[in-house]
Amino acid sequence: MNGLIVIAIVVMIYVIIFQIAKASEYVSVLKGEDVTRKQTNKINGFLLVAFLIFGLIGVYVCNEWYFKKTLFPQGSASIEGEKIDFMLYLTIGVTGFIFIITQILLFWFSFKYQEKEGKKAFFFPHNTKLELLWTTVPAIFLTILVVFGLINWFKITGEPPANHITVEITGHQFAWEMRYPGKDGIFGKKNYRLYNKPSGNTLGVDFEDVNALDDIHTNVMHLPVGIPVKLVIGAQDVIHDVGLVHFRMKMDAVPGIPTTLWFTPQYTTEDMKVRTGNANFVYEISCDQVCGASHFSMRGTIIVEKPEDYKKWVESQKAEYFTFYPDKDPNKPAATSDTTKQALAAVVKK
Amino acid sequence: MSNVIIGNEAAVIQEGVHIAHDAHHDHHHKETFISKYVFSLDHKTISKQFLVTGIIWAIIGGLFSVIFRLQLGYPNTTFPWLEDLLGHWAKGGKIAPEFYYALVTMHGTILVFFVLTAGLSGTFSNFLIPLQIGARDMASPLLNCLSYWFFFMASIVMMSSLFVQTGPASGGWTIYPPLSALGDASSGSKIGMDLWLVSMALFIVSSLLGGLNYITTVLNMRTKGMSMTRMPLTIWAFFFTAVLGVLSFPVLLSGAILLLFDRNLGTSFFLSDIVVAGKVLPNEGGSAILFQHLFWFLGHPEVYIILLPAMGMSSEILSVNSRKPIFGYMAMVGSMFAITILAFLVWAHHMFVTGLNPFLGSVFVLLTLLIAVPSAIKVFNWLTTLWRGNIRFTPAMLFAIGFVSLFISGGLTGIFLGNSALDIHLHDTYFVIAHFHIVMGVASFFGMFAGVYHWYPKMFGRFLNNTLSYIHFWITIVGAYLIFWPMHYEGLAGMPRRYYDFQNWESFKMFGGLNEFISVVAMIVFAAQLLFVINFFYSIWKGRKVTDLNPWNATTLEWTTPLRPGHGNWPGEIPEVHRWPYDYAKDNKNGTDFIAQNVPVGDDEESH
Repeated sequence: MNGLIVIAIVVMIYVIIFQIAKASEYVSVLKGEDVTRKQTNKINGFLLVAFLIFGLIGVYVCNEWYFKKTLFPQGSASIEGEKIDFMLYLTIGVTGFIFIITQILLFWFSFKYQEKEGKKAFFFPHNTKLELLWTTVPAIFLTILVVFGLINWFKITGEPPANHITVEITGHQFAWEMRYPGKDGIFGKKNYRLYNKPSGNTLGVDFEDVNALDDIHTNVMHLPVGIPVKLVIGAQDVIHDVGLVHFRMKMDAVPGIPTTLWFTPQYTTEDMKVRTGNANFVYEISCDQVCGASHFSMRGTIIVEKPEDYKKWVESQKAEYFTFYPDKDPNKPAATSDTTKQALAAVVKK
Repeated sequence: MSNVIIGNEAAVIQEGVHIAHDAHHDHHHKETFISKYVFSLDHKTISKQFLVTGIIWAIIGGLFSVIFRLQLGYPNTTFPWLEDLLGHWAKGGKIAPEFYYALVTMHGTILVFFVLTAGLSGTFSNFLIPLQIGARDMASPLLNCLSYWFFFMASIVMMSSLFVQTGPASGGWTIYPPLSALGDASSGSKIGMDLWLVSMALFIVSSLLGGLNYITTVLNMRTKGMSMTRMPLTIWAFFFTAVLGVLSFPVLLSGAILLLFDRNLGTSFFLSDIVVAGKVLPNEGGSAILFQHLFWFLGHPEVYIILLPAMGMSSEILSVNSRKPIFGYMAMVGSMFAITILAFLVWAHHMFVTGLNPFLGSVFVLLTLLIAVPSAIKVFNWLTTLWRGNIRFTPAMLFAIGFVSLFISGGLTGIFLGNSALDIHLHDTYFVIAHFHIVMGVASFFGMFAGVYHWYPKMFGRFLNNTLSYIHFWITIVGAYLIFWPMHYEGLAGMPRRYYDFQNWESFKMFGGLNEFISVVAMIVFAAQLLFVINFFYSIWKGRKVTDLNPWNATTLEWTTPLRPGHGNWPGEIPEVHRWPYDYAKDNKNGTDFIAQNVPVGDDEESH
């Protein structure tokens, strides 16, 4: 019943607007087309300049309300991200200036040069000097932006510093999985055909490879603050994207083609809780490339902590190898540790 | 609709004009309803077919956005009537995530291809090219007719995909594989995706038939005296648009066909190392990124296929209603040419975060930001055209001014996104949504509305209702800015696009109130578009009749035709052209403030 009333009201509004419009057309015919045109011209000229003024006020108010909700007032959580913040401010400065000038000219000219009786437009078909001016000036502005942009682009996409750690992140519908290389610092090989062999091997790690034996597999990413981290990114089914808004980083995860990105976290999760004033703050990994029905819930988390806490966490993790081959775990409560070591050594030799 | 059937006088035809066959044809057979309105060969009728089909698609595509905005604005509310409307896609009155993605995908596909490509350049290239260059019809009226009917078939196939049980394509309008290649990855990637690809293949055929025709007509069928540099900027814009389409659409066709092979024939063009739904697939060696190159090699020129006609029509309308020549005609043509060339060289700026080689990325940054130079030239030339004019605010003029405003706003944010370092943060966020909706979506719609309002009297011999037109303009421009301007801030906060719900995200959940506001405005703006639709169809039959051959006092040739031109456009000889199309505000003996293109140049007059 409510629905019907709503529909009836909407239809009524249309009918009323339509009738007013029709009536005003008859009035305009009666008044004469010229008179009507001059009247509507004045009204629209006035509205255009009003739109300009209220529009610019609106731009200011919108900025007051929403800029504080963006990530920029809290600063970048990674050292490299500060370059991106700088690019943003530089670009806002340049484009904002051009935006205000051109919009004012557009609406002000429209208002000022509206049709007036007895006036004639100025025949002004071209002017080479002016055209050269507004070819070169934008070109200079753009050169500045390109130069700064590319310097930062090459820094961000270049090689990470030598002291970096490496973490592997793999996306699939609809979750992220992380792998750490363990003490040897080398990841074991993967082959997607080994998926679920042995059962539960969701990353398709090749446990015949000795480098895989100490690799750690987790669902939450832990990172030490102040140390560069390189992410090796993969996907198992469709394209995903590792989106790290606080670090200003983003990279697609493509099946069959590993990608990388690196950054240096400069605040721990606890620091960020203070900086943002949000006790629930958490570094989130968002999937930024549409990947299916639950794309919007493909969420991962990162805990950035002090290096000593990170070290403790790494040491507390059990190598994934032992979840599939528990009898080879040296920390197993049984007293067969000698044989386990031998078995492990045998595997290593192989 | 046209009432004049070509009589004997049409047989008097200039040499080299290909209409002879049609005139002959008309001479012997009376036109039936089918030949006149359905399988018409008249470019004017075909243009109206494109326009009406485009309007129907625009209503559907717009409605889809209203439905998914309901989910974004009111994620915790249920709307029982949605279940009545959509059945199992909205159980309990809440849109299912699969269907949300289907709506988003179809909204993009419909608006980009079916409305702003076919509906925009299909309508106005068809209508204006012969009328403004002084030709009786297109180079090949038959291919032109086929172009519409291929579009119609594409529409039927796309429409049918909305009703299949597993739903229409839902991987985004960019249909990146492997998501679009694997039925197991998404229900929209089942039969719905095959229908999408078949529909697009038909659409591309339509676009190529149309484009080849437009190019041929512009190059070969201009009337006497109509040199290339005397063509109105509309024609230049349609010409460059057609060139873009002819050179880039085939690449998308190749991508679509390879994707059909991957889906149905077991090939591995785009697939490698995939485990989906617990199954290990045998495909190895393909590249998912290859598809993105093929897609964006069309996809980026497509942006200009949509934008150039709007630029051309706005240039023309700004000049006519400022009663002033367009400023810097050659610079306008030159900048459109530059945009056309650069459009082919920037596609990978959509792929900065795919793992693209950073050096290659830097080349694309440079080329992308280069486009800002011709764009800036165009903006300053438009502003100078207004300067010291004598401006009439017809509805078309308001939409043309709105176009310039939106083009500035949306164009400037392109400078953020084209700069790869900054794009890392902004890529695939609401900043992108705001950018391309303003510059490509709304701006091009404004160009299209400007065109409809300006040439409606020539199309139908009647005027649209002015009051409704002004209401339509003001709600649309205010609403468009209210919807898309705040979205930039959501993007700066990193809020990803194509999310069904943000409430579980600590980083993105603070924009709930804003999302609701945007949804409400979107509904109002959509309602205002229906006012336009009512005005459009009502005025075809009931609008105020045009009595003046040249209601806007314009110089171009279409206004030298009869009020309701028949097939062949001019009953007698095609007028000869003696001057450029922008002789407004020139000293003139006959007391008017313009000199039409077909008036010979006086002895004491400086010619352009």
